Amino acid sequence: MVTHPDLQNQFDLQVAEDQRIEPKDWMPEPYRRTLVRQISQHAHSEIVGMLPEGNWITRAPSLRRKAVLLAKVQDEAGHGLYLYSAAETLGTSREQMIDDLHSGKAKYSSIFNYPTLSWADMGAIGWLVDGAAIMNQVPLCRTSYGPYARAMVRICKEESFHQRQGYEIMMTLAKGSEAQRAMAQDALNRWWWPVLMMFGPKDDESPNTALSMQWKIKRFTNDELRQKFVDATVPQAEYLGLSIPDPDLKWNETRGHYDFGSINWDEFWEVVKGNGPCNRQRLEARRKAHEEGAWVREAAAAYAKKRMTNSSNDE
Amino acid sequence: MDTQWPLWEVFIRSKQGLDHKHVGSLHAADAQMAMENARDVYTRRREGVSIWVVESKHIHASNPDEQEAFFDPADDKAYRHPTFYEVPDSLTHI
Ligand SMILES: [Fe+2]
Ligand SMILES: [Fe+2]
Repeated sequence: MVTHPDLQNQFDLQVAEDQRIEPKDWMPEPYRRTLVRQISQHAHSEIVGMLPEGNWITRAPSLRRKAVLLAKVQDEAGHGLYLYSAAETLGTSREQMIDDLHSGKAKYSSIFNYPTLSWADMGAIGWLVDGAAIMNQVPLCRTSYGPYARAMVRICKEESFHQRQGYEIMMTLAKGSEAQRAMAQDALNRWWWPVLMMFGPKDDESPNTALSMQWKIKRFTNDELRQKFVDATVPQAEYLGLSIPDPDLKWNETRGHYDFGSINWDEFWEVVKGNGPCNRQRLEARRKAHEEGAWVREAAAAYAKKRMTNSSNDE
Repeated sequence: MDTQWPLWEVFIRSKQGLDHKHVGSLHAADAQMAMENARDVYTRRREGVSIWVVESKHIHASNPDEQEAFFDPADDKAYRHPTFYEVPDSLTHI
């Protein structure tokens, strides 16, 4: 495709002036492609992210916890929908996105390929996974593509409840019996490093970052967000009296930030490639839900069609 | 080929006295389902007192490529704004 210089200039100017790009505006093809990839990946993460927590709904320790977890998981379904809708404004279809997820072509956040082994994991996920998601998502409320930014505003309003209910679970366990404290510590031990990986590869190994920053799709780099998250989370762990499983973690007076140990990137890439503990199980659950729901979609469409014909016959 | 329900745009009045505002879109087989889905997705925390759903194909949008020409009839009509008119500073209520 030949790029029209005027259109390209107009686009660059709009981005430089922090004006939002809207669906019908001209945009460079790579910008559109990057957005479709990022937004659909984000949507898939919300949807697949329901699985590890959904796993505990029937086993929640009280009716209150059950209602809360159910509401949280329901919110995540909503987040997936807001994001799929935003991606659809770029000319891709829901069907295409779902197909790409199910075929393994599209990715979702690596964090959801870890298992939820105990109730404390519901606490750790809300506190840490949603906490990390918030770090990532708040700056996206100012991302350059209008529908994506608006979806993020909506999502961010709902996320804070997710994080707080998780922290509340952790507080309860941390103040509980020896066994409960051990459960909470074990959950923190297992989730800490995978959560740090959620921010993506290190800046010097993240080839798309520079362009995404230039287009103002991203507002902070992976490493910047990871650092913000560590700085925000350490005092929260201290309050719980739990220890973060990193011997190298310490406050750096000169930097004004916490230093932390190095991440096992081999593990990260293995999980991204599909070899994490639950990758197969997650995709299978999604495919199964989609296939077993096919008759419902067909029946609803047939019913809608029948009602249309009936009402036009009445006229 | 999978069944693809049509796309609907959702508009919500957040409280009495305000306009309906576009909040997003969703897929649904018919208007009733679109309405119920809109309620479940966009008003889980009482964000609305009224919902409109419109099938997306019924919305016609102005073309951003012709934005300049399309909206320029308003450009040379500064006299439509109150600030166009000079009145003495000493006067009030005008
Ligand atoms: Fe979410
Ligand atoms: Fe969440």
